[in-house]
Amino acid sequence: MNDVTPIRTKVENALLSRFPQVKAALPGDAAIRDLRDGAFASFEQSGLPHRRIEAWHYTDLRSLLRDAPELAVKPPSHVIQRAAEHGSPLDQVPATRLVMVNGFYDANISTFGLPAGVSVKDMHSALGQSEPLVASHLGKATTTPDPLIALNTAFMNGGVIVTVAPHTKLDLPLELRFVTETVDAIAMAPRVLVIVGEGADVTVLESHQGPDGVAYQTNAVVEIFGAAHSRIEHLRLSAGGNYAVDLSTLAINLQTEAVFRSLHCITTPGLARHQVFASLQGEGIAFDVDGVALLSGTQHVDTTLAIDHAAPGCTSRELFKTVLDAQATGVFQGRIMVKQIAQQTDGKMMSQAVLLSDDARMNNKPELEIFADDVVCGHGATCGALDDDLLFYLMARGLPRLEAEALMLAAFVGEAFEKIAHEGVRELFEGLAETWLKGRSTASKKA
Amino acid sequence: MLEIRNLHVSIEDKKILNGLTLTVHDGEVAAIMGPNGSGKSTLSYVIAGKPDYEVLDGEILLDGQNVLELEPHERAAAGLFLAFQYPLEIPGVATMSFLKAAMNSQRKIRGEEEMATADFMKAVRAAADGLGIPQDMLRRGLNVGFSGGEKKRMEILQMALLAPNFCILDETDSGLDIDALKIVSEGVNALRDPKRAFLVITHYQRLLNYIVPDSVHVMAHGQVVKSGGKELALELEATGYADYKTLAA
Repeated sequence: MNDVTPIRTKVENALLSRFPQVKAALPGDAAIRDLRDGAFASFEQSGLPHRRIEAWHYTDLRSLLRDAPELAVKPPSHVIQRAAEHGSPLDQVPATRLVMVNGFYDANISTFGLPAGVSVKDMHSALGQSEPLVASHLGKATTTPDPLIALNTAFMNGGVIVTVAPHTKLDLPLELRFVTETVDAIAMAPRVLVIVGEGADVTVLESHQGPDGVAYQTNAVVEIFGAAHSRIEHLRLSAGGNYAVDLSTLAINLQTEAVFRSLHCITTPGLARHQVFASLQGEGIAFDVDGVALLSGTQHVDTTLAIDHAAPGCTSRELFKTVLDAQATGVFQGRIMVKQIAQQTDGKMMSQAVLLSDDARMNNKPELEIFADDVVCGHGATCGALDDDLLFYLMARGLPRLEAEALMLAAFVGEAFEKIAHEGVRELFEGLAETWLKGRSTASKKA
Repeated sequence: MLEIRNLHVSIEDKKILNGLTLTVHDGEVAAIMGPNGSGKSTLSYVIAGKPDYEVLDGEILLDGQNVLELEPHERAAAGLFLAFQYPLEIPGVATMSFLKAAMNSQRKIRGEEEMATADFMKAVRAAADGLGIPQDMLRRGLNVGFSGGEKKRMEILQMALLAPNFCILDETDSGLDIDALKIVSEGVNALRDPKRAFLVITHYQRLLNYIVPDSVHVMAHGQVVKSGGKELALELEATGYADYKTLAA
């Protein structure tokens, strides 16, 4: 089918004229330049994704993106210093922190001294210095063609490359901390590679934070490679500013008998799309990706998953909990693909949403694509209000309505948090949910 | 003291209570009996403040205060307690956390200090032991996977801890075997107090062998059609409700 070429939007035009202007200044050897050109060409052809594209039906980026702010530059030291002074909810969790300010890695405000078995390279320099890990891994975690990955690849400028040596067991989590420190709207395209060696065991934290009231845009791509028998727990907190556009892709590539689990917790950014593309390449992988979204105001938050079972005997579990208040919009799209070779696949996906207001909206789209015959796969999606009878029962015991709702909602999201193995992060996320629940205004409540 | 005066209530335009009047004094155990559909459960829900019901006329005074103006949680803090006919299961809400939240919320509304955790644990253990509720049940989700008897015992446990001054037992005997009925009744009897009143709603006289009432009221067609002493319950057991069904019609 020939797509109708729509009239370019202001944002598309801005991006189209920007790339030729900035590409010479972006780091990279000839191979990287080719990669950027190829990625940009695909954007040039397709434009920003819009509602007539199935994967973007509920998040029409073409109409939602109003501006294309200038690309962030490597921040000067006073900006880095200000960023370092910001606290993060994750400060309470002891970790080895790798801090990116406006998308650029800064070793000076990151944890000094890395644990044995871990090495970190600045992506900005790596791109410019023909780093072999870039050639071997960048863009290799997933083969899914995707407009966000394409745009990131065209404009990627900073980030880190983390490698964990085989059989390394880390006592402390590694934190990828993305801090946006700006008063003007800027656009960032950080790129991160996390390469975990055979049999290594690591917890990766990923946090995103930035100022309220600034319409900055992040389009981060994190690629995680889990070698055979590796164990990875990835816990992500999206706590960007209220006007922020937080676009992100987590691409995961796993080998034989790797164990991977992830949870992303999202509360604040105004517009967010978090994509998870997982490729289960070896036998016997245990994959679990979960999410909790607590949304209010006019937030629009989209979680889109594509889990590719490309080897036999893997299990995948997905549990997503969304709470929507006021005029918030939630989107969950989850697709489990089971290739013909992937016999004995065991996949279960569930998305549950609670709507707290008449104006909140949830779009749930679970999908299964199965080409193998000996599989157990299931998906479910629910969407509803809190049960009035249960609320009355709690109120009849002396709890005001909002407290009764908070108790039920904490239990609702708690089911996903319970799956987090790292106790400190689990408690942190539960605490953030509790704060969110306590802070709910009564303005949008029905009587 | 609870006074219900000329209470008219409907749900979805269907009239359920038709000018019900009833007074229960401090220390009194009043039994409400009546056939199915006479409005017994509606009465209990309206007193507790369930939102689905429309009060067309009348008032409900608890120690002189009109509870119809209060939200359900405010009524609870004012001393009302409804033991549900079908206690609800709330997955993920640990019984212990729920009990603590309820107790402290009521205290806060009344302007009292929160209970210290140690005192709270002690109070819960003592009350649970008295009702034969094992500790591990308190760690589970509220009422989740509990048998009918366990749920009713949990209601009485909540009643004991929240120490209300007016308790409504809505068909607490339904779904209970004879042993559970005895345990629950003993739990209720232990809470009888000159300052605490009970409204015991039941179909059957059997419960009243264990929780002996001071007064018995017969409801039909949304009204109290006859009141008497405990012997009225025995009379009903012998004659059935047939007379009352026609009486108010």
